[in-house]
Parts: sequence; C-alpha cells; structure tokens
Amino acid sequence: MAENTILTNLPIGREARVTAVKGEGRVTRRLMEMGVIPGVAVQVVKMAPFGDPIEVRLRGYSLAMRRTEADAIEVSF
Amino acid sequence: MDTNGHNSQITIALAGNPNAGKTTLFNSLTGLKQKVANYPGVTVERKEGPWTLNGKTANLIDLPGLYSLDATSLDEHIASDIIRGEQAGVQKPDAIVAVVDATNLERNLYLVMQMFEFGVPVVIALTMIDVFEKQKHEIDIEMLSARLKTPVVAVNAKSGRGRNQLAAKVQEVLHTTPVVPYEFNENAENAGPNGKIFSRYNFISEVVQDSVWHSDQKSHRLSDKIDRVLTHKFFGLVILVAILLVVFQTIFSWASLPMDLLEKGFGAISDFVRAEMPPGILTDLLADGIIAGVGGVVVFLPQILLLFLFISLLEDSGYMARAAFLLDKLMSRVGLHGKAFLPLISSFACAIPGIMATRTIESRRDRFATIMIAPFMSCSARLPVYTLMIGAFFGGQYVFGFISMGAVLMLAMYALGIIVAIVVAGILKRTVLKAPPPSFLMELPPYRLPNLRTVFQNMFTRALLFLKRAGTVILAISIILWALMYFPRSSQQSAVTGQPSAAIATGEVSSESTPLPESEQLKHSFAGKLGHVIEPVIQPLGFDWKIGVALIASFAAREVLVSTLSIIYNVGKDEGAESQTLIAAVRDAKTDDGKPAWTPLTALTLMVFFVLAMQCMSTVAIVRRETNSWSWPLFMIGYMTALAYLGAFLTYQGGKLLGFG
Repeated sequence: MAENTILTNLPIGREARVTAVKGEGRVTRRLMEMGVIPGVAVQVVKMAPFGDPIEVRLRGYSLAMRRTEADAIEVSF
Repeated sequence: MDTNGHNSQITIALAGNPNAGKTTLFNSLTGLKQKVANYPGVTVERKEGPWTLNGKTANLIDLPGLYSLDATSLDEHIASDIIRGEQAGVQKPDAIVAVVDATNLERNLYLVMQMFEFGVPVVIALTMIDVFEKQKHEIDIEMLSARLKTPVVAVNAKSGRGRNQLAAKVQEVLHTTPVVPYEFNENAENAGPNGKIFSRYNFISEVVQDSVWHSDQKSHRLSDKIDRVLTHKFFGLVILVAILLVVFQTIFSWASLPMDLLEKGFGAISDFVRAEMPPGILTDLLADGIIAGVGGVVVFLPQILLLFLFISLLEDSGYMARAAFLLDKLMSRVGLHGKAFLPLISSFACAIPGIMATRTIESRRDRFATIMIAPFMSCSARLPVYTLMIGAFFGGQYVFGFISMGAVLMLAMYALGIIVAIVVAGILKRTVLKAPPPSFLMELPPYRLPNLRTVFQNMFTRALLFLKRAGTVILAISIILWALMYFPRSSQQSAVTGQPSAAIATGEVSSESTPLPESEQLKHSFAGKLGHVIEPVIQPLGFDWKIGVALIASFAAREVLVSTLSIIYNVGKDEGAESQTLIAAVRDAKTDDGKPAWTPLTALTLMVFFVLAMQCMSTVAIVRRETNSWSWPLFMIGYMTALAYLGAFLTYQGGKLLGFG
C-alpha cells in the first residue's frame, strides 16, 4: 500500500514519486521548471546542519530547497 | 527568417544552465578577445567575443546562466529579450548554441525546449560527455539529435573536441526554421498555467529514455563521497570555517606586500611629479589630488584579485553552493540567502570585493540587502583609526588584570558592526526590500576540478571592471576633496590668479605671499571652514572643529583620518613612522579654549562613529555600479551617517551621564 506524505516528511534515503506540487506562485513554477513535476522520482539525500535546507535528488542531479518549499510537494512511496 | 541583409555579421547566442560548462566553452571559442559590459540599466553582465565560423567572424554572445526562459528573473528576462531580438543594442541572434550537460540531461534539455519555441535555430553542444562515460553511462547522440530534430555535437573545451563540427553545424542551421519536436498536451490533467512545463518534461523523459543507457544506476560517485564529508553536520562546519580562515589569512598576508609596493609606487610617482614640474596648482592637483586619489583606490587591487581568485575556485569547484547550503538556516533568520555569507565575511577585509561578490546572489532584494549591510563589517581601513585611538587612550590598560583593554575594545567594535548589520538587514527585509519569502532553490552541482583558465579570466575581468568603473567616480571625488582642502589659497599670490574656486572665497586675503604651513592652510580652506560650520553639530559628540575637519576628510577613506590629524596637529608628514608622536599629539591636543580636545570617551565615541559611518568613496562608487543607481548609495550614506551620529551621540552623552570623560 502506497503511503502519501509531503516531501519534508519523507525519510532520508527513501525513494518516492511526486504526486502533486501545491501552490500557484513563482516558487511553485520554479520548482516545476527544475523538474519537480508529478510522476518524477525523488529522494531526500540529507539535511543541512540546522535541519534546513534539505538536499533532494531527482533526474540525476541534486537540488537544495528549504523546508517551506518541500512542504508544498506531495509524494507517495 | 531575419537575414540581416544590412549587416553581414552573424550573431550567435550561447545559452545554457549554470554549471553546464558554458563559460569554459565560451572562453575556448572566443579566446582572449572578449568584451564584458553591463546591459543598459541593469547589472546583468553582457559578454561577447568573436568566433571564427568558416573564415567569417561571428559575434558570440554569452547569455547569463539560466534554468528557464520564462522571464521570472532579471537574467531570464534579458536572455529572452535577446533571443527575441528585443534587447536594445543587441542584434537578434541568427542561431543559438545550447550548452547541455550530459550528466544532467533532463533538466538541461528543459531550457532547450523553450529555445525551440522561440523559432531561432538551435545547435546543441553536449558537454561533460567524458565524465558521463566514465560513470558507465552511454548516450546515443544520433538518436538524441533525431528525436530533438536538431544537431547535437559532443564538445570538450579542453581538448578542442567537437569545435570544428560545432562551427559546421551552426553554419548548416543558419537561415533554417526550427521544428518544435513535440506538441503541447492540452488534455485536462495537465492544463492550467503550468501545463507547458508538463508537456516539455514529458517529451524530454521519452527522448532520454530512448537515447541514454545507465548501466549502473546506483554507482557511488566520487562527488557523493566528498559531499558526505564536506556537508557533514559537524565536520562540514569545521571545514567551512577552516577554509574561510585560510582564504582570509592568505588575502591579508599575500596582499600586504603588493599593496605596500603600490602605495610606495604611487608615492614615488607623486614625488617625481613634484620634483619635475614647476610648483603650482597644476602640480598640486596632479600629485595630491589625482595621483594620491587614484593610488588610494588602486592599492585595493591585490586584495580584489586574491579574493576573486578564491571565489572563482570555490565557485567552479562546486563548494560555494555547499557553503550556502550549510549556512542558509543561520542567514535566513536575518532574512538573507545562504550565499550572502561569503560577501559579508569578505567585507571584513574590504567592503569593495565583498560587494562585488554579492553577484552570486540571484534575488535582487536579497542581494541589495547584503550590499547595504556589508560596510558595517569592520574593514581593514578602520584598523589604523582603532589602533590610533586605542594606542592614545587605552594602551597598557587591562580588564580583569590580564586581558588587554585594546583587544576588548577591538572585539567590541567588530561585534557592534555585526549586531547593527543584523538589525539593519532585518529592518530592510521587512520594509524597503520586503519580498515574499525568498526561494532558496539552488542546484548542488557535482564537485569538479576548477578550470584554471576560466578562474583567471574571471579574476582579471573583475579587476578590470573595478579599475574602469570605480576609477572614474573615485577620480572625480578625490579632485573635489582635494580642492576643498586646497582652496582658497591663503597666500596673496593665488588669490589674484582668479581661480574660479578662489573667487568664491570670502575675500580673506593673508598679507604674506609665501605659502602657509600645511596646518594653517587646512584651517583656512573650505574644509577647515566646513569644520567650523559643523562644529555645533558635532559638539554633542564631544568633537571640536579640528576633529570635524578630519571627519570630513575621512569621508573619502577612513584611514585618511590619521593623515589628516597628523596635518592638523603639525606632526611629521609620514604618519607611519611618526605614529608615536601622533599618539602624543592627540593626547596633548587642546581645543580653541584650551581644554583637552580628547578624552578616552571622545576616542571611544570616534571609534563607534567609525564602525557605523559610510566613510569610503570607493565603496560608494562600487555600490553605485553594482546597484546601477545613485539612490542606493545615497540612501546608504544617509542612513549610515544617521546611525553613526546616533551611536556616537548615545556613547558620548551616555558616557558623560555615567561620569566618564
């Protein structure tokens, strides 16, 4: 059974698929332009020393984002 | 297609994602004959150079590094304007060379999809192919080219691989109309404002699936191993601090020798001018105004070269993004981006390279906020002032019997600057530079060995820009300040010559015809008069008019305070060798009514003033250049001076209330 959560809560190292990117603004658009669109496989690689930002791996590259940005990304694993 | 019949020169745009190897390719195609400027009205850099295509010279324009052409950022706006032929002064490109990183194919191709939609022919230059193959992946270039309906050429800037083929393919596509190789998917699921993004990525996924084979998906790359150490929760921070220490130690120790040499060199030129030219206004202007003024700026060059050497190395290797990643949480508390850290740290050496280094921050508001607080970091030009004040009034004193008072005060001054900077950044980000919570989204590129040619080219480009732009403004201001201290001449001779500036003088003509000693001349100059004029204003700070003159002069550069005080108190001209006597002179100085001009409290007040005030015309010039407006530097002078006055006022009056001074 697939589990649904937001990217922020995805355990480190676990691979998941993006199901939705919430929001309408510029940040959402930029996230999608960077390749974060429904269907893509993502993985949280690590957190920065103070727990924020996080490093996310997708499409063969690493993208750093703040938790507030990761909150808008829904995933299923 | 636009054939540009009136102009035979072909224009080619070079575009691609940041970190895709675009700059390296640009350098290898154009060699050293590139021109760097700004697009009018903005701070986006405009780089172009000649590229020989089959015997003909084409103009190759290097577009800013981009992830998208959707015009959400300034860089993207300029780039899409250029491709559409709507950027003033830039010819519409006849073709685009799209730089695509083979190791990051999907996201790099996204930008290419957008280029197709602009209707300009595209040739793809595939970089990093050797790295890609080393990772045991394979790419079918012919298949890629067929699916994208556009030529694809594997290039390697270092070995020159693919350079001729790239030129040939570009010639082939000229005057053709590109085919958009996919259709927008209009079905309900993907509709909406971001529907196009889906269609582009869906098509890319198909193409990549058909043309790329990964033999070992989970291969542990060297980059990941390095990253595990460098971004470690504890060791990552330790290593970051160590790297910064090495960088700044090196900047200080390596730059000091060339800086001394430059200073001596300009001194020698000035002496030479004095010796060879007949005494007079022209000689004085040349020696004291122009040569000294320009020299005062050029001495910063070694520091700038070194800092940019390190910045380029850190950036090219991929470490800079990690440093921002490590520190973003700390910086975001003040509303700044993680990338603001290095410019601010650099500003402890000198705000000028620090402010120039803010270019790595993409968000304009974050960048401006960083620029506005950079001068609060106590730079090396404040050191002579602190040293003089501490030496004169706090030397040999100890706190708790063993900690030197000087060290405590010095630390306090640095801390004051940092605290005020944090507060001001917080206020600016909530008011003038208010923005929706900034996006941090940042690629963490794989670690790579920096390309030395790119690093050095970047370093010299920065240095040249610094000299060219800042030089002109600084030259003008130095001449004005020199004139303020030089006119009106107190001797009869120059009063008759009818110089425009002398004509404005109040008619105060001295009976002697021989020039007065320097201190007397200063007293009667416009600067001296200004000192008297501002005396009521600075009296609440405990400063008399003589300190006022030194303060006015120090708005050119902070360390000028020391040399001006030497002139005022008639100490030997070489302030370096005579600093001991300057300390004595400051201690003994009297106001016009015979009271001591300085107390320890006055000295402390002056130091606080120097922490907070914007007294550096080079910084003003560089802020003018980096923000491309006069309003930001003027705002900076205004609010920093107000803060400095307030801080000094509170220090002096508070100190007096507590019974000091």
